[in-house]
Amino acid sequence: MKRRLVTVVVLVLAVSALALAGQPPATPAAQDGFVPVNSLPQAEQLPAAPLLIAAYSFVWVALMVYVWFLWRRMSRVERELADLNRRVQNR
Amino acid sequence: MSRVFAPLAFVVMALFAVAPIIVSNAPYEQTMGLVQKVFYYHVPSAMLMFISAFVCGIASAVFLFKRSAAADRVAVAAGELVVLFGIVVLVTGPLWARKAWGVWWEWDARLTSSLLLWMIFLAYLLVRRYGGPGSEKLAGAMALFGMANVPFVYVSVNYWRTIHPKTSVVMTLGPGMRSAFWFCAVSFGMLYVLLLTLRRRLEDQQAQVERLYLALDD
Repeated sequence: MKRRLVTVVVLVLAVSALALAGQPPATPAAQDGFVPVNSLPQAEQLPAAPLLIAAYSFVWVALMVYVWFLWRRMSRVERELADLNRRVQNR
Repeated sequence: MSRVFAPLAFVVMALFAVAPIIVSNAPYEQTMGLVQKVFYYHVPSAMLMFISAFVCGIASAVFLFKRSAAADRVAVAAGELVVLFGIVVLVTGPLWARKAWGVWWEWDARLTSSLLLWMIFLAYLLVRRYGGPGSEKLAGAMALFGMANVPFVYVSVNYWRTIHPKTSVVMTLGPGMRSAFWFCAVSFGMLYVLLLTLRRRLEDQQAQVERLYLALDD
């Protein structure tokens, strides 16, 4: 039993050693460390103006779309109301 | 239409025409710079979203307990405006956040609870539209629940760890920013009164149409 256990351990170690020996050599790292800067390079900075313009434009568009839909619905209901008033009076 | 309506509409249009000039003359914020100016439309919209949720909830309570049809019509109008101003908040906020925080969205307390509040009132409108006869009472109960959420959304930034600015920001604004902010807040407030009046008038007219159809059937 003890001899079988020793045989298994030796086999596992041997296979591991073979697998490790077969690994390709490690490539050198792309950079050795981080380089701090005080501000982002110009190319990396996100411009604020497009976001600000998009926000204000969206508010205006949303309000105008809502007012337009409201005006359209009110016109339809007012026409229907006028028609119904006429029909009630003609009865 | 009331004699006050046309002058009010004119005043609101004039205020909104002047607002961009006021905002552009306001000082820049030290860390956020230009993008912070989204604040002048974002925060008044959020305030109106909360106010409209209260109007909808209170009107729904009056409808449920006093059976007032007029209150129900105000509730519908206010519910629509919660969704409208909520969309404005939920779009302008991420546009600001992208620059200020580096991300479009964060699942923090304020943002998540605001989104949930908006969805409650969106559900209110869907129930009113597709719920069939008698759904007004269910919708009214939903509006009450939505109204109860508003204080939690408001204080969420003070009690939970959140990336969103705290409620003390508005009260501690510098002079240049304070005047621009309150100018925009008053403009939005008057716009809200105008839209609520228009929308409620539409509901009144639809109710009148239904009464006339019933009169014709008799």
